[in-house]
Amino acid sequence: MTSVTDTASSLDQEHHHGPAKGLMRWVLTTNHKDIGSMYLWFSFVMFLTGGAMAMIIRAELFQPGLQIVEPAFFNQMTTMHGLIMVFGAVMPAFVGLANWMIPMMIGAPDMAMPRMNNWSFWILPFAAVMLVSTLFMEGGGPNFGWTFYAPLSTDYSPPSTTFFIFAIHMLGVSSIMGAINIIATILNLRAPGMTMMKMPLFVWTWLITAYLLIAVMPVLAGAVTMMLMDIHFGTSFFNAGGGGDPVLFQHIFWFFGHPEVYIMILPSFGIVSAIIPAFARKHLFGYTSMVYATASIAFLSFIVWAHHMFTVGIPLIGELFFMYATMLIAVPTGVKVFNWVTTMFRGSMTFETPMLFSTAFVVLFTIGGFSGLMLSIAPADFQYHDTYFVVAHFHYVLVPGAIFAIFAACYYWLPKWTGHMYDEPLAKVHFWMSFIGMNLTFFPMHFVGLAGMPRRIPDYALQFANFNEISSVGGFMFGTTQLLFLFIVIKCIRSGAKAEAKPWEGAEGLEWSVPSPAPYHTFTTPPDVK
Amino acid sequence: MATEGTYYVPAQSKWPIIASIGLFLTLLGAGMMMNDMSAGVKNSSAHYVFYAGGLIMAWMLFGWFGNVIQESRAGLYSAQMDRTFRWGMFWFIFSEIMFFAALFGTLFYVRVLAVPWLAGEGEGAMTHEMLWPDFAASWPLMVNPDNDLFVGAADVVDPFHLPLLNTLLLVASSITLTLAHHALRANERYKIKLWLILTLVLGTAFLFFQVEEYIEAYNELGLTLSAGIYGSTFFLLTGFHGAHVTLGAIMLAVMLVRVYQGHFEADNHFAFEAASWYWHFVDVVWVGLFIFVYLI
Repeated sequence: MTSVTDTASSLDQEHHHGPAKGLMRWVLTTNHKDIGSMYLWFSFVMFLTGGAMAMIIRAELFQPGLQIVEPAFFNQMTTMHGLIMVFGAVMPAFVGLANWMIPMMIGAPDMAMPRMNNWSFWILPFAAVMLVSTLFMEGGGPNFGWTFYAPLSTDYSPPSTTFFIFAIHMLGVSSIMGAINIIATILNLRAPGMTMMKMPLFVWTWLITAYLLIAVMPVLAGAVTMMLMDIHFGTSFFNAGGGGDPVLFQHIFWFFGHPEVYIMILPSFGIVSAIIPAFARKHLFGYTSMVYATASIAFLSFIVWAHHMFTVGIPLIGELFFMYATMLIAVPTGVKVFNWVTTMFRGSMTFETPMLFSTAFVVLFTIGGFSGLMLSIAPADFQYHDTYFVVAHFHYVLVPGAIFAIFAACYYWLPKWTGHMYDEPLAKVHFWMSFIGMNLTFFPMHFVGLAGMPRRIPDYALQFANFNEISSVGGFMFGTTQLLFLFIVIKCIRSGAKAEAKPWEGAEGLEWSVPSPAPYHTFTTPPDVK
Repeated sequence: MATEGTYYVPAQSKWPIIASIGLFLTLLGAGMMMNDMSAGVKNSSAHYVFYAGGLIMAWMLFGWFGNVIQESRAGLYSAQMDRTFRWGMFWFIFSEIMFFAALFGTLFYVRVLAVPWLAGEGEGAMTHEMLWPDFAASWPLMVNPDNDLFVGAADVVDPFHLPLLNTLLLVASSITLTLAHHALRANERYKIKLWLILTLVLGTAFLFFQVEEYIEAYNELGLTLSAGIYGSTFFLLTGFHGAHVTLGAIMLAVMLVRVYQGHFEADNHFAFEAASWYWHFVDVVWVGLFIFVYLI
């Protein structure tokens, strides 16, 4: 074994203090800050790609009738928009934030496995290329919705589905390795004195998120593997003719899928739990209950999956169990919302951009939570299922939930990352344009959904036209505003007032004890945590 | 060993990007091969992409693990690093457990719910009356609802023939591996080699009989991938298990080579322990398979 090793770089124990020069710095890096930045930039590129697809969808839905794209292409757009936003934009953004912040928050020198960390990232661009390239293949890209239900995704799918499956496999490998790395870092690399119950909530929520990832990404791998075998090797997992069951696919998918949606929201809870205390200038209310609430939500996420399948024909006892279990989630989530509100109560609050996004998060995520509660009622869900009400619901938890929290995190930590303050007036414009645009887009969807407009169609009945027009205008507003975000970030990297080590008066945590911008290596010797 | 408090952060490494390219080419090639196969393309060159990817992956594994071994033997790893490896391996095996949980879940769902429903059990399901009124439930399912499209198997795999033999082989291999580990801790180098070689022989014999069983299933029992849900679940579960035995055997073979190279100390040999954790995990999965796929 020893004869086939590359000794040149790895045995070189010298600590070089700055980053290497040129492109290869990014390709070969083992530095958690470099890798975090790459994750965040990759996520933003994917955000714009998936966003462009959303713009196509909204342009087509601006009026009833077919005007811009073919229905077949429309289906590919809705499918790819969902897949890219979930696997390309939201998840990598959170992993990027974890990479940047967790080692600095717990006083670790880097991630526990720095080389594997780089591999987790570099799989992503290759997986994204494979996924997006399906659009240009014969027969078109995946057109069965981001949930890829069988038999649409098996018997009736285009040939490119094979590459979609392998892209999902690659994304899964990346997520599992990233999650293992995060867990090992949190459990093993905390500075002396940083006990579990002293960890910032962002670290706690990520620990639990990583656990969810390791638990459910393999289940998704199992689902797509069975699809692959049904497509190419003649098996009948999802084919009733051979004794299988298409509904089995939905069970496996949502056993992954429901924890997956919490994977996309738990880190957000951690972010706003850092930002709200900082700008309310009070300690977080109910830290311990926040930890337990997060763990409870994670546990419940494993026993609610069939609430996505109320109309598919599951036994009555199943409908009841999954309905009540789903409603239970409102309890720990309520604990969190009340804790945030109580943290704000009688605080000396100021509304810099991170706080604006966090406050909007609390209000709008709660709206999304309430529409979720409506959907959890099985008999009512028979009316809401597969309508735009569902689209409104999950965009209310994902856009002002996940995406707003990511924006809040970027503005909150940009001074630490770049050493510059961002342009506050422009950032406020970004916030208000996003806030108004997002509500204009998704609020009317509640109404058209309740009135019966089905999701995933390129055309609709005339009475839905006005609300759809409003949604489209809001969508274009939200979409173009994100180019302003890109401008603000670039401007912040290149110029701006010099940031102090702790630019926010009320901020807490180890990350503010190092200079801004954070040195390339931080905490090579662990700090003392009191 | 380095002292507690200095955690080894490696410098730049080329292996992650090589691994990404290798993984991409392997899966791209596999996808092209499958699509060409299903479309009936003759003279496909897809397998070259697949092999290129596989070779790059093999090179990467040698190189990357080689680096780690060298760093370990150079004493760069602290006790804290050792705990990182333990957590890493533990959570990796947990992810594998969840993968097999999905496969076992499929088997249970089909046996307990889907097949009885297809035969008319339960309320409100009209599939039986409308599509296949003659279909009767049984497990293993020998006659499928659409038995022209999916021709059912003629016979069931006899659990007391090769599967029982394989169970004995694999359980025995877990015991011999534990004996090898005890020998390692007692620093009895000759015994380590003996027990480790025996473990590998038992593992290889298992794989040999597994292949034998597949050949019998295809040639004598009519049990194929397209024999309906019995064949589907049978080959899915045993196939992925077999792949994991193969991977575990490769790990153990590497450990054997390293023992011959004089690696491992009585109190510091996590690579060996990791491989042995993995082997025991694969063994436990087999016991589950033997009970739920073959016996009942």
